[in-house]
Parts: sequence; structure tokens; C-alpha cells
Amino acid sequence: MSAILVPVCEEEAAGMIRAAAAAGRRLAISGGNTRSGFGSPVSADAVLRSAGMSGIVAYDPAEMVMTARAGTPLAEIEETLLDNGQMLSFDPIDHRAIMGTDGEPTIGGVFATNASGPRRLSAGAARDSLLGIRFVNGRGEVIRAGGRVMKNVTGLDLVKLLAGSHGTLGFLTEVTFRVLPRPKTEQTIIVSGLDDEAAARVMAAAMGLSVEVSAAAHLPESVRGRFLGGHLPEGAATVLRLEGLAASVPVRAARLRELFGRHAPVSANENEASAHLWRQIRDVAPYADSTSRPVWRVSVAPSAGFQVVAALRLEAGIDAFYDWQGGLVWMRMEADPEPDLLRRAIAHFGGGHATLMRASAQMRTTVPAFEPLSPAVAALSARVKQQLDPAGIFNPGKMAGL
Amino acid sequence: MSETIAFLKPRADVLARRSTIIADLADLLPPEGLVHEPRELVPFETDAFVSYRRLPLAVALPTSTAEVAAVLRYCHRYGIPVVPRGAGTSLCGGAIPQEDAVVIGLSRLSRILEIDPFNRTATVQAGVTNLAISDAVSPEGFFYAPDPSSQLACTIGGNIGMNSGGAHCLKYGVTTNNLLGVTLVLVDGTVIELGGKHLDAAGYDLLGLVCGSEGQLGIVTEATVRILAKPEGARPVLFGFETSEEAGACVADVIGSGIIPVAIEFMDKPAIEICEAFAKAGYPLDVGALLIVEVEGSEAEMDAMLSLIVEIARRHGVRTVRECQSATEAALIWKGRKSAFGATGRIADYICMDGTVPLSQLSHVLKRTGEIVAGFGLRVANVFHAGDGNMHPLILFNANDPVEAAKAETAGNEILKLCVDAGGCLTGEHGVGIEKRDLMRHQYSEADLAQQMAVRAAFDPQWLMNPSKVFPLEGRPAA
Repeated sequence: MSAILVPVCEEEAAGMIRAAAAAGRRLAISGGNTRSGFGSPVSADAVLRSAGMSGIVAYDPAEMVMTARAGTPLAEIEETLLDNGQMLSFDPIDHRAIMGTDGEPTIGGVFATNASGPRRLSAGAARDSLLGIRFVNGRGEVIRAGGRVMKNVTGLDLVKLLAGSHGTLGFLTEVTFRVLPRPKTEQTIIVSGLDDEAAARVMAAAMGLSVEVSAAAHLPESVRGRFLGGHLPEGAATVLRLEGLAASVPVRAARLRELFGRHAPVSANENEASAHLWRQIRDVAPYADSTSRPVWRVSVAPSAGFQVVAALRLEAGIDAFYDWQGGLVWMRMEADPEPDLLRRAIAHFGGGHATLMRASAQMRTTVPAFEPLSPAVAALSARVKQQLDPAGIFNPGKMAGL
Repeated sequence: MSETIAFLKPRADVLARRSTIIADLADLLPPEGLVHEPRELVPFETDAFVSYRRLPLAVALPTSTAEVAAVLRYCHRYGIPVVPRGAGTSLCGGAIPQEDAVVIGLSRLSRILEIDPFNRTATVQAGVTNLAISDAVSPEGFFYAPDPSSQLACTIGGNIGMNSGGAHCLKYGVTTNNLLGVTLVLVDGTVIELGGKHLDAAGYDLLGLVCGSEGQLGIVTEATVRILAKPEGARPVLFGFETSEEAGACVADVIGSGIIPVAIEFMDKPAIEICEAFAKAGYPLDVGALLIVEVEGSEAEMDAMLSLIVEIARRHGVRTVRECQSATEAALIWKGRKSAFGATGRIADYICMDGTVPLSQLSHVLKRTGEIVAGFGLRVANVFHAGDGNMHPLILFNANDPVEAAKAETAGNEILKLCVDAGGCLTGEHGVGIEKRDLMRHQYSEADLAQQMAVRAAFDPQWLMNPSKVFPLEGRPAA
């Protein structure tokens, strides 16, 4: 990879892409380069970065909608939102610590990777907040999809298609997204000492109540010490987040404490400590260990998470913790990534998908990072890709077969 | 009504083979699964966009994914257009057939397959009605959130086709935000699974693309949806304002203050009068605009939110505040709102627009809407989801008067263009169908539309699936 292309506007980006398509020059797409290591290795002739297209284009807090150029640093956006008492509801994960990257995450990168955090369970993923996009397709044409209103069913939803397509379908130039009021107060209820299965039951019970738990995670004893400087109570921690008005959070917390306190020790963290804990869960703190030991991100039904982990433990050295009510499993392997074992277990327990987030360069070349698709879905996806990037110049190799 | 919206010219070769096609379909379906007598086809000739009607070639009523696949495989092999149909409640003509088409009606795919409280999902066949899902999961303490006004009749398959919304999507989102997985039959009969009980997709978000694709990409036969714990309590409050402007400004301030009610519904004076006459909901008749604001949660929580909202409303000169004292009163408030379309239908024919605008444009668009309709010598009633800017002006007219009908249609088109020009879109939850198809170029550039059609072609290169809908008939790529 020699050239690094950093267009400063959409028109320039379109010109660069047209030229690349004409010459058959393959482009690695990146924003702040903090998530570029995702997926399988890309073989490209140049890097196309959105970092030169930066800035908030429109923001009216009363409309709860913001428009920003794709290369805008996420930090700038979050700061502006914070000043207005608002936030990105989907809680985008910061991948730098776990992936060992540096640089500034961009808002384009957040949506291109559909990067969501613990609140995804209750508030939806990045793709659910994304209302409109502008992007350049593989022919170098500027395409607009969606808009800036919350309800819009006009035509095909290319917005969802591009979200999470990891730069393989188009080069995002501008994104418009929904934002939400930042909760005035929060509290995390900690149920201690549960094994993985009991924790899954507690989380399911909590999510089935009307108290509006916004996030639910289980931190087994093996990782507990890595959170809040080791200050979580003894034993595995099953943590339930409550957010909202000062008049309501304590009432809801009391209900959870009463219900779960009958069987296990229950404690609580409030406000800053609570927020800090969830940032650490979001950013996978236990596995931000400066190693390249393989880390998987597994998405299954909440009832399947602990079963997949238990099955794998019989055959491989793994460590794991759970978010999304137990349905998101962060898994670190002691040695080999064991993709076949893992993917068989996922299929056995009802299906889902596993993404190899981190691995040595050598492992990345042999293990498909994204879950292999069924032949019919793979063929369909390839046809979709063909319609957006006919010359196959965007991030070739990143998503197997696409 | 004069027909200003064109359909594709029926394929002569298909019409010529009508009897062969019917005989072949009869082999693929159980005896009661095929409708082809002209008299029996009449119930399928239109949907809730009743000004347009076409008798289909035949109607297939499959009872399984395998039967849907068999019919699609057959139609694909012989180049026969297919129009999917749920309950036929589309307001934009999304389910209106055409003479050379086989309608695939999903009404007999009506089984609830699994309720899974642990994972908070329900898996149902596509013909299950929206309300039936909530009813089925209610004993476990759950509900299905998207609640279009037609929820008693409309099917989840239709909801997915149109990405339906409802009154409560300000908090809970629309169909696409509550859909976890589908079984989808592609145009050639291939059956694929997208999503499941887990979150997010392994590859491209094809589930997100299919939701709202108006039957153009395939036929959904089963769906797994997110169910949510029923709130402890819900309380709607009525606010009466002197003017629409005051009500609009109040909405913006409520949202801006950081409170997200589950619903903020708006009605103007004509809508209030129409609904009150029908539902006797106790709406005040001495106000110019009404808001129904609903909050959810524990008593303490609702009290806290409502006191903030009432305070904001007072700042905007609210004249009437009516908090309800009982569940019966609450139900009555909603009855008035949810019967708006039916109540309007009793006093006049109407067409219902569905544009969405940014909240800051609400007052401007309301005012211009009134002027546009008045300019045609017609009346309009506005009832809509104010919290998300989704407008529903009802243009009243007499369908037996062709001149008035044409005026209503033209006024409607001008209102939709107004919504787009104000930074919004043509349709927030009803879909494009045939109704707004020819306005698509007002919202999208040629390149935008061409890209959408190219993606469509990845699913259905021959334009067999619901082919007269969504995309303007001129300028389509050759099959």
C-alpha cells in the first residue's frame, strides 16, 4: 500500500474513486484508523481516508438530530452533545484499547462498523440511530439515502445496508443520526456470586420487568478484578443499569434489590462509578491486555451465551464475560482461536455469529474474521456488493467473498 | 375517480396463458389455497387505497413457507408478476394487484410459532396480526411495541413490508428497530434466514434492507420480533391550545427539555371535532389544537414527568389540561385518536398523507398545508405523530365528484412536495406504493434512485415482485 488519499470534500473523494475504479486500483477505506484492523486482511493499492472531511454540519438539540461529515472525530461529537445534555444512545465502543490501535475514532467509522455498546440491548445499535447518509459508491457517484427525520420509509433503506458494511459498499462522506437526552441520573445494581447460568436467569428476569433496565452484563470472577480498579464486591458480578429521572431511578433500583436480594448479596454503584463501569464493559477492559491473544465477539440469543461458553470450556482454554443480557460474549482464547469449535457451538445452541476481533497477523490470514454466510445469503450479498461496487475496489478481502 | 397513476401494462403472454397458470398453481396448492373465479377475486382487487382497483390473475393462499416457495419458483420460471398481500390495509396501494399478477396472500400463515420470554422474542408466521402478537405475549407480561392504527387487522408481514410505525414509536422505534429475524422467500423460490434471536447481522444488514422494501425483494413468511416488558403504568394527558403554533412550540420544548414521552399526538380543530363526534372521548371543542402526551412508568415516574410537561405546556399558554383518573378514561382518549381515520371516513371521502418533517418545520408545514388545501376549495383535518414529525393531513373530498377527487390528489402531492422541501420525506410509515411512486424524483436524484433500483435488481432482476410500486415506471433499467 503506497498512496494515502485524504480528500477534503465529497467531490474530491468522488473524483479519486472514479479514477481508482477506472484504473482498477483497490482502496482500503478508513476513518481514524482505529478499527481498520477489523475483518480479514485487505489487499489494496492505496488507502482512502475520511479524516480530511470533518465538522458538524447541522445540529438542533430540540430536534434530537445531528449531521456530521464522516471524518469528524467522535470526541468532538460527544463533547458537543454533552454540552447540550444529549448523547449517542447506542454507546459506541472504543476499540483502541482492545485492538491496540491509536488515532481518533471518527463518526463515519462508528457507523461503518455499526459499533454499539452495552445500551444496544435497550436502545438499539448504531444502525438504529442512523437516519441518513451520503456516500460515494464504487462508480464514483455521490448517493444520498435516508434523510434527517426519524420516520422515513421512502424507498429502499440503503442506510441500514451501508451501516456495518465495513467500507465494502461505499465511502461514507456524511452521516445524520438521532441523538437522545442524556439521563439525569443512573445507578448500577450489582448481584454478586452468581455462576454464568444463574446470572443469565437473573438478567432475563430483570429485562422482563417493567423497571427498564438499560443494560445488563455478567462479569465472572476471572474478570471482576479488572473493573473499577478491583473495587467490585467479592464474587462474580451481575450488573444491571438503571437510568433516568432522579425521581424514578431509586424506585426502580429498590425493586431490583428487593427481588434479587433474597438470593444473593446485592449492592449498588451510582452515577460516575456506574458510568465508569459501563465504559469499561463497553471497551472490553479485561482483554485490553496489550497481547495479540485471540479475542472473539460472539452474538447469540441471551439463553445461549453461557451454554456456548460452557461447551467450549470442555475443549479449549478460554476466558469470557457477557454483555447484552448474556447474548454478547467477549471471549479470549489462551492460544488457538478455535474457529470451528466456536462456530459449531454457536450453531448447536440456536445460531448467531462470531467475529474474530483480535488475532495475530498470521491467524488473520487463515481464519475468516466474520461468520461465514449460508451459500444463498452469501450469493445474494455478493450480488448486492456488485451493484454498489462493481469493480470490487472497496476493502477487497475484508469480508470474505465480498 | 379518474386514474392519474398508471400501472405497468399487463404482460400479454401471461394473460394469454391464464388457464394454464391457474391449472399449474392448483397443483402446487391445497384446493382451498387458490382463488381464481372473478367473483371471488373481487375482495383482492384493492387495499385501503380504494381509488384504484385491479383484478389479479389469481390469488394463492399458501399455508407454509414451502408453498410460498413453490408458487414463487413457478412464477419466476414463467415470468409471472407476484404481488404479496397481508391484510390489505395499505394506505398507499402497496397491495393493489394487477391483471397479470398472482397475489400471494399470507392470511393463512397465521400461527404463533414460539413465545420466548427468556430471550424476549416472539416468532410468528407472517399473517399473524400485529395486535395478536401483543395479545399472545400479554400473559407473560410483554407487548410488541410498534402499533399502527390498523393493528387489529394488519399483519406482521405487511408491517415488515412497510416498516410500519405507530403512535408509540417516539420511544420504541418502528418495525425495523423491533425486528430480529425473518424467513424470506426470494423471487426464485430460494428460502433464506436472516437474523434470529441474536442481535445484529453477521454480514450485510439484509434484514434492515428487506424491512420496508414493500414486497419488492422477497416474501417474508416468518418473523422473530422483540417483545418488551409492559410498562408498570401508562397515562395519556390531553392539552388544549388556542393555536396549532402554540401546540407545535410546546412539542419542540418538551423534546428539547430531555423528556421523551412514549407518544405525542397532535390534532387540529377539524380533527378534534370529527373524532369527538364519533368517539365521544370528551375532547375540548373550544380549542384550536390538541396534544395527547403519553408517559409510562411507575406512578412516581409518571408524576415527575407529567409535572415537567405540564409546566412546559403552561409556558406555551395551554388552555385545557386533562389528566385521566382511570384506565377507562385513558382508553377513551386513545379511542378518539385511533378512530380518526374511521371517523373521518363517516363524514367524507379522504386521502391521508404521510410526509415527515423536521420538528422545527412543523408550524410552517401545518400553515402551508392549510393554505394549499384551501386553495383547492377543500377541507383538511390534521392528526399526526408530532413527536417525530410524521404528519397525517386528511384531505376531505367527495369521491363521486371527479373534479374534486382530482383536486384532492393534486393537493396531496403538493403537500408531500412541501414536506420534502422542508427537509423531510414523502412517507414516514405508510410506504410509497403506487400513491407516491411518481413523486420519488422530488425526493431523490436520478443517481440515488438508480442506486436503489440496482440494489433491487440484486434480488429481482426481472421486476416480478410487486412491480408497479415504489419506483417511477419511466427510467427503470431494462430487465
